[in-house]
Amino acid sequence: MTPLELGWHPHETWDWLVSSPLFGITITLAAYALGRWAHRRTGSPLLQPVVVAIAVIVAVLLVADIDYDQYLAGGSYIGFWLGPATVALALPLHHEWHLVRRAALPILTGVSAGALVSVLVAVGATKVGGGSRVLQLTMAPKAATTPVSIALSAQIGGIPALTAVLTILAGILGAVAGPWLLDRLGITDLRARGIALGTVSHGIGTSRALHESRTEGAFSALAMALSALATSVLVPLLTAVV
Amino acid sequence: MAAMNPPLLKGLLVLLGCQLAGEVAVRITGVRLPGPVAGMLLFLLVLRLRRPAESSGLVEAPGLLLRHLQLLFVPAGVGLVVYLDTLRDDALALALGLVLSWVAGFVVTAYVVSGLLALTRRSR
Repeated sequence: MTPLELGWHPHETWDWLVSSPLFGITITLAAYALGRWAHRRTGSPLLQPVVVAIAVIVAVLLVADIDYDQYLAGGSYIGFWLGPATVALALPLHHEWHLVRRAALPILTGVSAGALVSVLVAVGATKVGGGSRVLQLTMAPKAATTPVSIALSAQIGGIPALTAVLTILAGILGAVAGPWLLDRLGITDLRARGIALGTVSHGIGTSRALHESRTEGAFSALAMALSALATSVLVPLLTAVV
Repeated sequence: MAAMNPPLLKGLLVLLGCQLAGEVAVRITGVRLPGPVAGMLLFLLVLRLRRPAESSGLVEAPGLLLRHLQLLFVPAGVGLVVYLDTLRDDALALALGLVLSWVAGFVVTAYVVSGLLALTRRSR
């Protein structure tokens, strides 16, 4: 970049700003901080920090006409930490290991059944709604956590970036409505609650579960990992036949 | 400003090391397992063997990431800005697929697990 003469350079500065990692990182942290503040202030489960943050950033990008790729120059630095955070989910598992070991069979059966139903209904309901084959395949792996669902979507011929969005929406459904639905269903066992959240709402559901109790969070973390495994096995098999 | 405290640094290094080892392992062996999930199993092994104290970086660093788990999903979620047209044109298909499969998977999982847990409790 050629050095600018002393003077007033709003356009050059704007171009630099929107393509700089500094923009994406700062706006992501700021929007998330705003989301946490709104969540604390209202105490409403509807206002999950992730929901507020995404809405605020999308609005800014649309209003200021900034490309998603430009945002990602900084956003990807934050998204990167999803990998190490997935590794970190071993911690609640370690803390609750004595409970996990005793419930191995119910957990494995429940997660496998949930992942199976989730994939089948995802493909079927998208089809009933008039969605194309590509859209059905894009929907199929969305119960698995983001890095996994993206890879599966690419493997079977879906649209990976749209799968990522649907995955996050599935997570938000869990964080917003999961505990409410569990209460309605009369599921009081913390282990069952955590497993249900983690199986279909991965890390976002787990963050809500961790908020409720350490036991629920640990089982949700475990279910998230197992659901990623089960979905990885089931999606290529099931989408070949349905 | 004080330097990043050594326990946190050590904890982050262990997390990254586990993910790295997991990613490399699944690629070399061709095992159909996401790298971060393999890393999680590896980190669980480390925790079971080392049994770190609460003040250790091995507890502090994962705790930090887990407290802000939702933050890490934000950049991928913002990707919906690229698909606004698709989301509008196929709104019915996407809404049905998303909500119905979420509810079905959620309810089935919750009932199967709580049912089996109740059964195993009774048989003891």
